[in-house]
Amino acid sequence: MNAHLLMLSDSRLPAGGHAHSGGLEPAVTAGAVKTVPDLAGFLAGRLWTTGLVTAAIAAAACHHAPGGSGWELLDAEADARTPSPAQRTASRAQGRALLRAARRTWPDPLLDGLGRLPHQPVVLGAVTRLVGGSVLDAAGIAAYQSVGGPASAAVRLLGLDPLGVQRALADLAGDIDDVAREAAACAAGDWSALPCVSAPALDLWAEEHLRADLRLFES
Amino acid sequence: MGGYHGPDQHHAAPKHGRALRLGIGGPVGSGKTALTAALCRVLKDELRLAVVTNDIYTTEDADFLRRNAVLADDRILAVRTGCCPHTAIRDDISANLDAVEELEHRFEDLELVIVESGGDNLTATFSQGLVDRQIFVLDVSGGDKVPRKGGPGVTSSDLLVINKTDLAPMVGADLGVMDRDSAKVREGRPVVFSSVREEPEVPKIADWVRGLVHEFQHH
Repeated sequence: MNAHLLMLSDSRLPAGGHAHSGGLEPAVTAGAVKTVPDLAGFLAGRLWTTGLVTAAIAAAACHHAPGGSGWELLDAEADARTPSPAQRTASRAQGRALLRAARRTWPDPLLDGLGRLPHQPVVLGAVTRLVGGSVLDAAGIAAYQSVGGPASAAVRLLGLDPLGVQRALADLAGDIDDVAREAAACAAGDWSALPCVSAPALDLWAEEHLRADLRLFES
Repeated sequence: MGGYHGPDQHHAAPKHGRALRLGIGGPVGSGKTALTAALCRVLKDELRLAVVTNDIYTTEDADFLRRNAVLADDRILAVRTGCCPHTAIRDDISANLDAVEELEHRFEDLELVIVESGGDNLTATFSQGLVDRQIFVLDVSGGDKVPRKGGPGVTSSDLLVINKTDLAPMVGADLGVMDRDSAKVREGRPVVFSSVREEPEVPKIADWVRGLVHEFQHH
């Protein structure tokens, strides 16, 4: 891990993530998450579904980045694995924000080909490569972010004990590493064979969230 | 504070080719939305303007603006802040920048974009990366000691508005004390006492904004 990668993986990088709960807020609204053990279950489910897919796309983007073009196909693969339009919007909003942050922090022509509204893991993978990271680094950061973001949202939304939430994340560390390895193993292969596991409840909640009267998070 | 007597740390050289970005911040209930609506009502026929609102209750502020300011729907964007209103205007401004740029993209000739923060506390302040100038709104019912407490909004905002002066006798607030304490910490930066309810045309504040826009466009 070099210092650039630590910056890239730090939630303090101003890349818009703080306003997204990764489906945690609608899950709370639905009554599915009230306590730290509930949250642990939610995070494990999210990690092995959305987290695995996101990590695999990040790894593929990292592997592909030196080519610098042909991002449309990977973008379409990400769309195909994100059935909820609300989640696609959320991924692209965070991709745009990460791209904005990366352009100022690590300016490089490689970033110009990513388009105006790229998916977040595509940008994450490309930037990981740009700052000297491996496909496993890209997958690891994506996998960790897939649970770190919702965990932080739970602390803010439910007032859960932050140390209890950190413990729940630590208990998931082995799984995060497993997901990262599985995702990284797909990086050099055919994109159509990238993992395509889904979490239907997260998809439905993401759509319901847009219709909620009260929502504090974008997604 | 030292011997610095300039308007504040915001850049001296106006940036041409885009609208002036004006932040309106302040504690919960001080009258930020009412002031924003009043400015829209008064200025909408003389300036091409749009509004980004960060209210925590999603579209409530935006709806209020639509009802009270007769500003077209497509000139108002609402941003959600993930339970952290100050983060969205200070530490990670990406969602607000996206909204401002979206409005500038929709209306290429915009002259003024008002970014209204979510209600926060005395420590809130806008990033220089998001706005060119900022108004901080207090109200007398928080007590006449508030300006003495200071904080970046009170001390270094470009304009301090002390609102709801009509309530001063009822809450025992001494406007003279507030004036004296504000002047002491603000080193010459302007303070305006107002009652948006009694004087909905907000003439002094509107004049100040007109001057800002003129200065931004011509210097």
